Amino acid sequence: MSRHGKLLLALVLALPAVVGGACGSSEEPGSNDDPSTPGITVYSGREPELIVPAIDMYEDKVDRDVQIRFGDSATLAAQLAEEGDNSPADVFFSQDAGSLAVVDGEELLEPLPRDILERVPARFQADGGDWVGVSARSRVIAYGTDVSREELPDSPLELTGPEWEGRVGWAPTNASLQGYVTALRKVEGEDVAREWLEGMVDNDAQAYESNTPVRDAIAASEIDVGLVNHYYVAEAIAENGPDYPVRVHFPRDDLGSLVNTTGVGVLASTDDRAEALGFVRFLLTPEAQRYFAESSKEYPLIEGVEPDHSLRPLARIPSPRIDLSDLSDLQGTLDLMRDTGAL
Amino acid sequence: MAPRRPPVLLLLAGVAVGGLAALPAVYLAITIAGEASSAADAVFERRTLEVALRTVGLVAAVTVGAIGLAVPLAWLTVRTDLPARRLWATLTTLPLVIPSYIGAYLLVSAFGPRGALQGAVEPLGIERLPSIYGFVGAWLALTLFTYPLVLIPVRGALRRLDPQLEEAARAMGRRPAEIFRTVVVPQLVPAIGGGGLLVALYTLSDFGAVSIMRFDSFTREIYIAYQASFDRTEAAALGAVLVVAMLVLLALYARLRGARAYHRAGPGTVRPMGAISLGRWRVPALAFCGVVVAIALLLPVGLLVYWSTQQLGDGLALGSVVGNAGNSLLVASLAAAIGVVGATCVAVLTVRFPSPVSALVERLGYAGYALPGIVVALSLVFFGTRVALPLYQTLAMLVFAITVHYLPLAVGPLGAALLQVPPRIEEAARGLGRRPLEVFGTVTAPLVASGGLAGAALVFLHAVKELPATLLLAPIGFETLATDIWRQTSSGFFEAAAIPALVLLLIAAPPLYLLSEKGTVTS
Repeated sequence: MSRHGKLLLALVLALPAVVGGACGSSEEPGSNDDPSTPGITVYSGREPELIVPAIDMYEDKVDRDVQIRFGDSATLAAQLAEEGDNSPADVFFSQDAGSLAVVDGEELLEPLPRDILERVPARFQADGGDWVGVSARSRVIAYGTDVSREELPDSPLELTGPEWEGRVGWAPTNASLQGYVTALRKVEGEDVAREWLEGMVDNDAQAYESNTPVRDAIAASEIDVGLVNHYYVAEAIAENGPDYPVRVHFPRDDLGSLVNTTGVGVLASTDDRAEALGFVRFLLTPEAQRYFAESSKEYPLIEGVEPDHSLRPLARIPSPRIDLSDLSDLQGTLDLMRDTGAL
Repeated sequence: MAPRRPPVLLLLAGVAVGGLAALPAVYLAITIAGEASSAADAVFERRTLEVALRTVGLVAAVTVGAIGLAVPLAWLTVRTDLPARRLWATLTTLPLVIPSYIGAYLLVSAFGPRGALQGAVEPLGIERLPSIYGFVGAWLALTLFTYPLVLIPVRGALRRLDPQLEEAARAMGRRPAEIFRTVVVPQLVPAIGGGGLLVALYTLSDFGAVSIMRFDSFTREIYIAYQASFDRTEAAALGAVLVVAMLVLLALYARLRGARAYHRAGPGTVRPMGAISLGRWRVPALAFCGVVVAIALLLPVGLLVYWSTQQLGDGLALGSVVGNAGNSLLVASLAAAIGVVGATCVAVLTVRFPSPVSALVERLGYAGYALPGIVVALSLVFFGTRVALPLYQTLAMLVFAITVHYLPLAVGPLGAALLQVPPRIEEAARGLGRRPLEVFGTVTAPLVASGGLAGAALVFLHAVKELPATLLLAPIGFETLATDIWRQTSSGFFEAAAIPALVLLLIAAPPLYLLSEKGTVTS
């Protein structure tokens, strides 16, 4: 090989070594992975901002490390399904019941012991006890403070009325809205759901990617009302002060202000079952539940922990009793949403 | 020259690289095979056709738009007396460093409802600007942030043009416009085609811009299938349609490139050409460059700088940004280096030993680039947990995934550079008794080195902003700038992502500069 060839080869080979050396000290992957205390691995569909402090609390308490992989719940569910029995994950912490039900449907979760299931009301867990709710959220109508309260509808179904044309925001690609439509189909029937979706599309409902932009669009007076989870507004008010120009309305009728849950399950393939269950138990301690209630303004699910004082108590939120596992039946919802042009 | 049989080693290496690069396509086939009927249902839905037509429309419009921007910009910055043309050459290349999801978000911030522009025109009595969402927004974002993929090779090709051809045409009395059309443009076709191909494939696979612009493309549909219906079969079936679309695009490109020779037939050197005087077109030309740079570069970077200063005011810790930047740099450099080595095997095999096998190897390798990142990532989750468990979710696995994703970006420039090396030089060396590998090292490699550098730079530029594979396959706790940006934006704090986004642009700028300066010069 000539000088040129060698030079080129050396260049190609040296580049990564040089770069690797330069930044090798910056952040060692898995540097907190002390072999003497191998920790469990959690796949978290809940955002780092919220979860990292909770994990820190747990690590301090048990003096073991926890490895967390973040992603969105549905993608992590797909990843768990592809990994099958070889998954490195021990625990799946999901943003919604639907993703958990999918992983459960692949028979990848194992039943939780009774002492865990007993801590949470039965409506917030899987029928077979394969996963359990951690915190709850309500589907509300957020509205700008320049909208008069009298004008707000008693049912989300009324948002298809002509007085709301072009004034409503929603996030049809977002899992929480799709869960809402699924619930609508289960509770009110296919026809009502279809009529509502068609009405929303005809009414020029503005589509956004997720809840946050819907809320921000209301704050910016781009739209007047929007369907979001309650805590998006509660968080913004906590952060920006009482002058933040968005409020929450709990509709009473039909689906009312549907309550849904985040949840957690233990993978059947775990190699550290005791530790995984210990982590789930921790999430359902008063300490952890209080943390979720305060930081994210979600509803705690165990007895004895109160929600944020600015929120209406969970028991007083009008929501139909439905089996949350049913909300994983999204295929029919998607077909319907596509058919009506909502997606 | 009659096709020769490739050396066994080269054939094995090329097929191995091609096979690895085709893993995403194989994964799709395996997933679909299990559920053939429901996969067929998903494909033959009326809606699928609608989305496919919309996507084809977007791909065509973005490709035409990118070529329409890139060719005049390339010509102005290479061949004319445009004032400060070296500066313009760099500035017009830089929009490539802006990830499409960031660029689209910034366009919405500027031109969306209640955006900066709306605020500016409201006093003039314009209450609502035409909506940027949908086709127009997706087209604008993708065109503005991908056209350098055409600009770079066209600039390279323009610089390599043999002035003798144009001088000969002029001597025979052809007018300048005629010369441009009949002599210059045909010489640019491979560069325009190659760049246009990358733009088209990128548009097929892009998720960031179309989701922010709410344009329902095929890739968005695939994401919806994964994220909302959890239907992996449907997603795989739609992915397979993308692979077919990619094969069609590649076939079109192959026809365009044809079997023509682009290397010199006789001896001679490439020498610089005199600059063409713009005359009274100087001002419009400057305005054109200025508008493109203002919208595609100054506006996004300006917004990011503005948000960054606000973040700095809040006393944000910069330590993690430095660490994440190091990780991004590490992964992108490794992917670029390995990508070039792999791409060399594929390029030599396909250019020097054309055969059905080599064509298949090259084309299936493009699947990684035409498919959305989530599909590439899940395919390697599938294979990683089944055949390479010890490597699963290690740095090696992540680099491998990203290399598979962007390998075609290196194959392209290397192949183009190789096409311009007359095979006779290699034959002469062989005739003098050198062995094939020796010939490659001493004769071919130095001649295609700049093509290799261009390929490496392209892979680097894409790898440094890669997100889906990094989320699924990185070692736990391994954060990059892209995952940091994702973290912030998924919590709804877009402004907080401004600093990592700016650092990302800074890291990507030097290789891009190299790319715009050197292009694929092979002289």
